[in-house]
Amino acid sequence: MNNQTGSLNNGNIIEISQLNKWYGDFHALKNINLNVKEGEIIVVCGPSGSGKSTLIRCINFLEKFQEGQILVGGTELTDDAQKIRKIRSEVSMVFQHFNLFPHLTIIDNLTLAPIWVHNETKQEAREKALSLLDRVGIKDQAEKYPNQLSGGQQQRVAIARSLCTSPKIMLFDEPTSALDPEMISEVLDVMVELANEGITMICVTHEMGFAKKVAQRIIFMDEGQVVEENDPENFFNNAESDRLKLFLSQILTH
Amino acid sequence: MPINEIQTTRIPPKSQIGTLVWLKENLFSTWTNSALTAISLYLLYICLPPLLNWLLISANFSFGTVNIFGFSIQFSEEMATNSNCGRSAACWPFIYEKFDMFIYGFYPREEIWRPNTVFAITALLFISVKLIKNLKHKNKILLSFIVLYPVISYFLLLGGLGILPVVETYKLGGLMLTLIIASFGIIISFPLGILLALGRQSELSTVRFFSVIYIEFIRAVPLITILFMASNVLPLFFDAGISMDKLVRALIAITLFQAAYMAEVVRGGLQAIPKGQYEAADAIGLSYFQKNILIVLPQALKISIPNIVGSSISLFKDTTLVLIIGLMDFLAVVTGAAADKEWLGRHLEGYVFVAMVLWVMLYTMSRYSKKLELRFNTENTN
Amino acid sequence: MKSFSKFSNLKNLSFKELIYNNEIRALLIQVLTVVIIFSLFYVMIQNLNENIEARGIVSGFTFLEGRSGFDILPFLGSYIVKFSPNSTNLEVFYVAIINTLVCAGVGIILSTILGVLIGIARLSTNYLISRLANAYIELFRNIPILLQILFWYNIFLNALPIPKKSISLLDVMFINNRGFYLPNPIPQDGFLWVSIAFVIGVASAIYLKRHFKRKQDETGQQTNTIGFTLGLIIVFPVVVFLLLGSPLQFDYAVLGKFNLKGGLAIVPEFVALTLALSVYTATYIAEAIRSGIEAVDKGQKEAAAAIGLTKMQALKLIILPQALRVAIPPTINQYLNLTKNSSLAAAIGYPELMSAFGGTVLNQVGQAIEILTMVMLVYLVISLLISVLLNYVNKKMAIQGR
Repeated sequence: MNNQTGSLNNGNIIEISQLNKWYGDFHALKNINLNVKEGEIIVVCGPSGSGKSTLIRCINFLEKFQEGQILVGGTELTDDAQKIRKIRSEVSMVFQHFNLFPHLTIIDNLTLAPIWVHNETKQEAREKALSLLDRVGIKDQAEKYPNQLSGGQQQRVAIARSLCTSPKIMLFDEPTSALDPEMISEVLDVMVELANEGITMICVTHEMGFAKKVAQRIIFMDEGQVVEENDPENFFNNAESDRLKLFLSQILTH
Repeated sequence: MPINEIQTTRIPPKSQIGTLVWLKENLFSTWTNSALTAISLYLLYICLPPLLNWLLISANFSFGTVNIFGFSIQFSEEMATNSNCGRSAACWPFIYEKFDMFIYGFYPREEIWRPNTVFAITALLFISVKLIKNLKHKNKILLSFIVLYPVISYFLLLGGLGILPVVETYKLGGLMLTLIIASFGIIISFPLGILLALGRQSELSTVRFFSVIYIEFIRAVPLITILFMASNVLPLFFDAGISMDKLVRALIAITLFQAAYMAEVVRGGLQAIPKGQYEAADAIGLSYFQKNILIVLPQALKISIPNIVGSSISLFKDTTLVLIIGLMDFLAVVTGAAADKEWLGRHLEGYVFVAMVLWVMLYTMSRYSKKLELRFNTENTN
Repeated sequence: MKSFSKFSNLKNLSFKELIYNNEIRALLIQVLTVVIIFSLFYVMIQNLNENIEARGIVSGFTFLEGRSGFDILPFLGSYIVKFSPNSTNLEVFYVAIINTLVCAGVGIILSTILGVLIGIARLSTNYLISRLANAYIELFRNIPILLQILFWYNIFLNALPIPKKSISLLDVMFINNRGFYLPNPIPQDGFLWVSIAFVIGVASAIYLKRHFKRKQDETGQQTNTIGFTLGLIIVFPVVVFLLLGSPLQFDYAVLGKFNLKGGLAIVPEFVALTLALSVYTATYIAEAIRSGIEAVDKGQKEAAAAIGLTKMQALKLIILPQALRVAIPPTINQYLNLTKNSSLAAAIGYPELMSAFGGTVLNQVGQAIEILTMVMLVYLVISLLISVLLNYVNKKMAIQGR
């Protein structure tokens, strides 16, 4: 086991064991055990209220948990400000509602973390930001403000923003659920490209086409626990639990 | 093995719940928090006990024998006078003795059934508004209430027509006068404010011009200047023959003042309606008046209700200003009573009493307004 | 001209059609409005003139040159404009305006500080602090301001001791029922240098901040400038002050036989008025601050945390800029309300615009129309200035949208 941020000797970059979380009296996450290898692409799905968003938000400590242990890159997640900051610079998140900073231009949205958290020079940060914007196809909007862009464009900016800190792990919390249908594919395309570059991705989504295309493992959650997980082929064609069969029948007839 | 075994739902671990945990999370979570808690507790310690002591513990409650609704309660042998009460604590007999005057002003004691009847009718009105919510002709009934109530209360309070003895307006005072001024102001300024708001939104430039000038001018100056204007200057603008009661002058000033603020509130509502409503009303061929009365105003007013209540609360607070032009409202009557040589210097008790009564009324109104706001937010989540 | 071409089309319509024509109707209504309003004014002014003649009321503004005949409580206004019973009414006007502005100025500063503290406290995670802040807001917002002013004034007059038995704070500040007595600072030779040092300090602090910002842009290095800023603005002038031998003398209030002599006297009227106004207005400012901070989407805080900003950085770069955009306009509105409410000084005799000029002078001279018009115009100007400020602030801060 090594103490730097990096993968453990067994190739796991995230290790979650016996994770339990309560909201007041409500048992939101029940005994979650999950190991994620470096470079793995995981899709988490399930009915609403199943705890999938809660789970990934625990990984970057946006949600606190009461029992269990989470190891990210060898560092244990505890309520320690320094550790949390370190982990958050390695783990990026893309939100359902983009959460771009409306009072800053697009390029300032991207350069904020590099300048203030990683002490980069303004020049370096801008260059990197512009190349990332180019990668997601928004380079010409760099000086505009978020409210002047469409939903799909904003989400692509959000993805670019989370790439600015060169994260090892990217968490996606229903990234296309708030988008109009015609903009979903432009965002999914960017995510597919990222998946092909070797970054570890955990994605909460309903987009099963995306899952079939890039996921190496799909996890089905219901009522706060992991019910079934499998590779895409077996997940869709050889579902074993009744709950998953019900969920698939509901989601795939659309 | 793709499937996991089913996990049991559990209650949260002991260390996460309970009063000790609550205390730790909410009051002592960090060093700064603990320090803040300590400071607040200390502040409470030096403020509350002397306050409670003055208000209740050492206060004088010797009211003598009190008769309420036929029951007799003896608080003490006889009622205390100013000299019996100490200076270090509240002397509540002052309030008790002057209570009638604080509520009714100088209204003749024999005719007190008349204001009491008006109070009763008002209470009934509030209750019945709730009761008739679901009746078919509710709008017609409401309208008749709104028209009959002022007429009946005016007649009951001031008399005349040979049936009831006349009571001059200068005899009105105390809490009764405050309520009269506030209700008159709120009720009459409402339609005026609607007219002004419509005027300000009008496409006709002259109408718009005058509305804007009026509204912006009134909102720029303090109420007291308008009260002074009305009190000193208004009579000069009218024929010498018309004598203007001091109360009437104050009512005019307050109503004209509040109309401007009400106009801005209604304007907010008018602007919050989607433009499509105006267009649809035009498209089906409604005239200006029909459009406003049937489509625009009902929606605008509904949206503005929380702000209308808020503005009315401000007006209620502002009625205390009539003290400065010499009308004996609730605050004025109590301040004056403290100058009575029998109870010299009891200002503090008076102010505290007025503060408590008005606070209860205003707080209730503001709670009601918040409740309305919540109701509208949930109804209007589009 | 537009209207001519409009009417040329109408020449050919019959009378009946003309009545229903919307453009004609609009014109008629506007003409009617103007006619009604002007005739109303005409009738009122006619009556006014008749009544003025009948009652022998003087009109015109010559009274401004008349002798005022009374003395204004010694306060800031009367120091700036040397005032005595021989001063003209016009000088009363000026002194009164100054007193109003002083009261409003102090009130604005105090209420902002108090309001911001209470607003932040209201949002605190500490249960006790947030409940206390809420209690403060609910208590002082629901008691009429006039009552609060009278209450504090009464406390100061009655609960405070007579001058002979003044409460003394370290023998430097005295409090009694005639006022608050502070030492009167009298600058000596050399104090000028201290002021210059202060100005230099502020200027260099600004320059230094710019320099470090540029350094951060170029090298990425962040420097904590708080130490430098405080040092330059506070420590530097203080050092100069001491080096020059402390060129500031204080005229302390001294307890004479019956009263305090000397010192800087702040009359209880002013303290009561300003205190009540600040406490009352602070409740509204606290609510404005609270709504500003709550208006910032919860997701903003999460996104800021997710990209690794510390709590302080998130506050400075993300939360506050957005919160202030929502909180500042209503706060500026409250400043206007505070200035208007200062006119309630008429109830306790603090000589500001309404009570001195609109009160005492009006009683003596009796020309209510002229005097009240002058008073209203002053408030109009103040209100206009604040509106302009508000519009400027709104424009500058607006978040660009589609």
